[in-house]
Amino acid sequence: MKNMIALIAGILFGAGLAASDMNNPERVQGFLDLLNWDPSLMFVMMGALLVAVPGFQILLKNDGKPLFAQRFSLPTRFEIDKQLIIGSAIFGIGWAIVGYCPGPAIASLVYGYQDVFIFVGAMLAGAKIHQLVSSK
Amino acid sequence: MFDSVSFIHVLGGGALIGLSALVLFAGIGRIAGICGIAFSLMAAPITTQMWRLLFLAGLLVGTWLFHNISGQAFPPAPDTKLPLLIIGGLLVGFGTAMGNGCTSGHGICGLSRFSPRSLVATLTFMAFAIISMFVFRHVFGWSI
Repeated sequence: MKNMIALIAGILFGAGLAASDMNNPERVQGFLDLLNWDPSLMFVMMGALLVAVPGFQILLKNDGKPLFAQRFSLPTRFEIDKQLIIGSAIFGIGWAIVGYCPGPAIASLVYGYQDVFIFVGAMLAGAKIHQLVSSK
Repeated sequence: MFDSVSFIHVLGGGALIGLSALVLFAGIGRIAGICGIAFSLMAAPITTQMWRLLFLAGLLVGTWLFHNISGQAFPPAPDTKLPLLIIGGLLVGFGTAMGNGCTSGHGICGLSRFSPRSLVATLTFMAFAIISMFVFRHVFGWSI
């Protein structure tokens, strides 16, 4: 059942990315380019938050647990540290260069473009490099 | 480029993404952060975390289904030269691993939980992406 839920959630996510054209790097770069601005991504975020904010708040306030797991797995870090800020800044720079964040990049593998495979390979390598550097 | 039809698409597509995050959280108590899910798969044996693999497979299936049902053409591939494509991928992977999250994990799930860390992360990557875009395209004149 756990696996089934994950698959369904993934399908909803992938369909949402495709429907909102967020798998289109030009569209995303258009949002980031204020001189030629395309507000699409802002409305996608709004649509997502309109659903997710009330949902998460209700789930977290009622002290309940997930339907098919023992507990909610929440991040265990709370401090706003250099890692968070520097990492997010580095991500932002890469995001602007290509127009892919991790979700659309992985979903776009299904289009079969060679460039997407190269990007995802580089992205995984980047994460691996971070793993190796930070475990020293 | 931006009309009333695409307005319904972007808002509705966004709602699907929000619903996905809710299904994963209410169903199995997990945060739908794509980079965290993808990078965890590299760190431990896949057999112990099948749900992550299936979630990622679902991304491809969902995208494929949307195009097949709607008849909408595939979007274009990135228009980025090879060296920049690789540098961009490395930065996105390294940065999201270091900052523990990306647009989905911090931007959607984190903000929905009212997490201060995620708010700072989201404002930081948005600001840096917008500034980088300005500098690369309009100061350096790169065709990205």
